[in-house]
Amino acid sequence: MNSIRTGWIIWVLAVAVQLPAQAQKYRSYKSNTSFFSEAPLEDIKADNSRGISILNAETGVLLFSIPIRGFQFRKSLMQTHFNEKYMESGKYPTGTFQGKIIGWNGLQEGQQEAVAEGKMKIHGVERDVKIKGTITVKGNQILLQSKFPVALKDYNITIPRIVIRNIAEVVEVTIEYTYKPEKS
Amino acid sequence: MKRSLILIPIWAILLTAGPALAQEEDLLEELEQEVQEDEDVIATFKTTRIVNGQSVEGAKRNVLQVVILHRFSELDEGIETFFGLDDANIMLNLEYGIADNLQVGLQRSSFNKLVDGYAKYRFLNQTMDDRIPLSAALYVESSVNTTKFPDDAPVRPSGKHRWAHTSQLLLARKFGERFSAQLTPTYVHRNLVPLTADENDTYALGAGASIKLTKGVSLNLEYFYRFNEDQTESYDPIAIGVDIETGGHVFQLHFTNARQMSARGYMTETTGDFFEGGIHFGFNLNRVFQLDGKKKK
Repeated sequence: MNSIRTGWIIWVLAVAVQLPAQAQKYRSYKSNTSFFSEAPLEDIKADNSRGISILNAETGVLLFSIPIRGFQFRKSLMQTHFNEKYMESGKYPTGTFQGKIIGWNGLQEGQQEAVAEGKMKIHGVERDVKIKGTITVKGNQILLQSKFPVALKDYNITIPRIVIRNIAEVVEVTIEYTYKPEKS
Repeated sequence: MKRSLILIPIWAILLTAGPALAQEEDLLEELEQEVQEDEDVIATFKTTRIVNGQSVEGAKRNVLQVVILHRFSELDEGIETFFGLDDANIMLNLEYGIADNLQVGLQRSSFNKLVDGYAKYRFLNQTMDDRIPLSAALYVESSVNTTKFPDDAPVRPSGKHRWAHTSQLLLARKFGERFSAQLTPTYVHRNLVPLTADENDTYALGAGASIKLTKGVSLNLEYFYRFNEDQTESYDPIAIGVDIETGGHVFQLHFTNARQMSARGYMTETTGDFFEGGIHFGFNLNRVFQLDGKKKK
């Protein structure tokens, strides 16, 4: 009987440990997601400040959701084509990442390099990715920065031949997200 | 401790871990809903004209749109004029976007040397979630015939008699990714009409549609039904054409019975019977330039 009771005490403790973990979520309150395309005829840059991310400080689980319509271009026509023809944002309104930081050991004050592994979904296509980034913790603020390439072909984003010299086949994505604890 | 009894708490731990993963999926879904706003529908039509008539689209803020329009003479003139290509009516059009939904423009046709000034104001934008089911704009065009008539010409309109004004309501809806339609109630006032029996005011209802054949090419159809016509023979303007969109240009190629590209022209002076060979081939070259300093929203 004593051993069974020990077993149940272990179970209660295990559940108890998980519950407060759900409250240690950090949510981004400021973000910039941008991409840069370098091609012979022109360079294209677009910025998006409407992305939101959540980081679970206990488990290292990382989520991103970015509305495609939030990307701002200098040229209006480019923004229209980006949404209407290339990204088809009517059909696929968001780009997302769902994953976990490898070797997560909880929040550590200061700067650390990290790798996030998970599923990236763009233009309706989901792929397994590993992204390197930097996490800077200052008090209860977290800054996450990363720069990574995205090959348009990987996500079925087709560039018509006529503009092949205007749009790069691989674009460089830069993210900068600032988090603070989420009020539960 | 009996080995099998250890399994109970282990199994219980796993049971509580499962819902945590499902929560992650739900959380992502919640996030996706949260980042999306009620977005306006974009690109109802590829450019600012369906064929003859204006579409609900216009040049965006700080954008200069340049359009060169060509309308040739009737195809059934035969090889003599190379199927109408010899007699080209050319219109040059400049349009500027004061705001995303407000444009002003100027255009001049070689036929009748018409100079038109116009403005377009889009006061309603269809939304992706159908909260607003259609886009609507008001279009006004004032046109003056600047031809210098010789002293012995039978009719020499002067001053205000050279003018005509057109007002249109552009009501458009995008249905899914491939089909858009527009209704265009139209009112034309001509200060001078051919015969005393003719009315200065013309009322018409236009219907236009654009069907996307590929991402870059659409098929456009247009027809204006006039509720009152002149005594002299004239026809309702009908048109069929394709829009070909490249990186920065939209090419429009079409067949229509209208000789003119100005509203007062195609609405009241279309003399070709579309079904009897009175068809004109035409093409437009449309290009937009983003003048620097677009304000980021």
